[in-house]
Amino acid sequence: MLLIDCPYCGPREEIEFSYGGEAHIERPKQPDKLSDAEWADYLFMRNNPKGPLAERWCHSYGCRRWFNVERHTVTHEIQRVYKMGEPRGGEEGT
Amino acid sequence: MNKNKRYSIFSLARNARGYHKNWAEAWRSPEPKQSYDVIIVGGGGHGLATAHYLAKEHGITNVAVIEKGPIGLGNTGRNTTVIRSNYLWDESAAIYELSLKLYEGLSQDLNFNIMLSQRGLISLAHNQHDLREVQRRVNAIRLNGIDSEMLSLAKLKELVPILNLSPTSRYPVLGASIQRRGGIARHDAIAWGLARSADDRGVDILQHTEVTGLRIQGGLIKGVETTRGFIAAPKVGVAVAGHSSVFAEMAGFRLPIQSHPLQALVSEPLKPIFNTVLMSSTVHVYLSQSDRGELVMGAGIDSYNSYAQRGSPMILEDILAATCELIPIFSRVKMMRQWAGIVDTCPDASPIIGKTPISGLFFNCGWGTGGFKAIPGSGFVFAHTLAQGEPHEFAVPFALDRFTTGALIDEHGASGVAH
Repeated sequence: MLLIDCPYCGPREEIEFSYGGEAHIERPKQPDKLSDAEWADYLFMRNNPKGPLAERWCHSYGCRRWFNVERHTVTHEIQRVYKMGEPRGGEEGT
Repeated sequence: MNKNKRYSIFSLARNARGYHKNWAEAWRSPEPKQSYDVIIVGGGGHGLATAHYLAKEHGITNVAVIEKGPIGLGNTGRNTTVIRSNYLWDESAAIYELSLKLYEGLSQDLNFNIMLSQRGLISLAHNQHDLREVQRRVNAIRLNGIDSEMLSLAKLKELVPILNLSPTSRYPVLGASIQRRGGIARHDAIAWGLARSADDRGVDILQHTEVTGLRIQGGLIKGVETTRGFIAAPKVGVAVAGHSSVFAEMAGFRLPIQSHPLQALVSEPLKPIFNTVLMSSTVHVYLSQSDRGELVMGAGIDSYNSYAQRGSPMILEDILAATCELIPIFSRVKMMRQWAGIVDTCPDASPIIGKTPISGLFFNCGWGTGGFKAIPGSGFVFAHTLAQGEPHEFAVPFALDRFTTGALIDEHGASGVAH
């Protein structure tokens, strides 16, 4: 079981949280201009790396707020916890 | 298969006279050739079945199956061995029923006893909605010519006397459906039997050989880089389950697949106590008793992406709580082993079989939590796809482009447990 450090409540057990999948997927700004392939990419295609993954978690049984976590998918080590809207690791201002 | 290799009562007697010292090896451990007509990446059930049917149905024997570990030790050796074809949609019914029919003849086909036990598979309903849904599925399945029927509580009591049918339980059982041809089989035997049969027809099974890269030039596949050097082939079939996304990334395209751990566990061996497969989507467990007497059980995936082949204890707690709810006399049974495999889940809980944006590169993936039952059917259609260069008619609906066209095949409810 993971120990997740909620940025609002502090470290809590994984069982209090819900998983939200890959983070930083941006909703299309002009949906009516999107091709079918672009829709497929936005709706269905996902990064599924064997290594660090930026993902969303929700503290469902706590503050009920969403935040981002960078976690390694082999070791499960949580490398970084950061709030929604903050840039992912190694990038600036996105 | 030559006389010395074929298993029979006579070969058993002959080898008993030689104190069992002269059994032929089941498959060779050859050195890799420089090139093959077809390379299959992944020596699990799906990859080995593909090799078997390529050789048997299409006469293509210059084939290598490349596996980074020993064959059949990934998800093929980690699942709960449930076999059934009670799927909702026509496309799924076609491929899973093909698979079940091939399973029914597989022991003869392979000259290897896969210990298929068609003991019946029961899906329980715990509320009015479940009951209507189960009834609807029974009707849909029967319309596809596949056996399925409703079970009354009295019949259920007769089949599984130890099942808790008390109307005062937390989630009372209101009814059930059964697929009588469903059941379980011996998973290792399927990997070994397929490998032996493919090897006998000339397929090279390269164990402990890891594919580290795909060589692609001008949108064409040229071969694979491995830990034993480059191996060339004009056609490469990838059947690597949980690692499919890693290979798609090597080839430069994206898949809608997410890799999750799926757990299973077994109890200490008990005397025969229950002789069907039991599934419940509401309390969420699937349960059977193996030929060795162990209770084999499983449930849902861990929520987060992982390649670690281990699962969380809270999922185990859910599985055991559901088991004790359904069959209270199991509450004092000791659990012996627990493990996890990495499953390749798809947004519509259906597989992806066929072409990729790279010419000559084919994928067979996305079987998610239910790949074991599909092994022969999947191998059969994937072998056809590789041999012809075009998808088998049963594989056409499962092409990757369904995520662009929107023609999804939503089978989220098909397992009788949530995917």
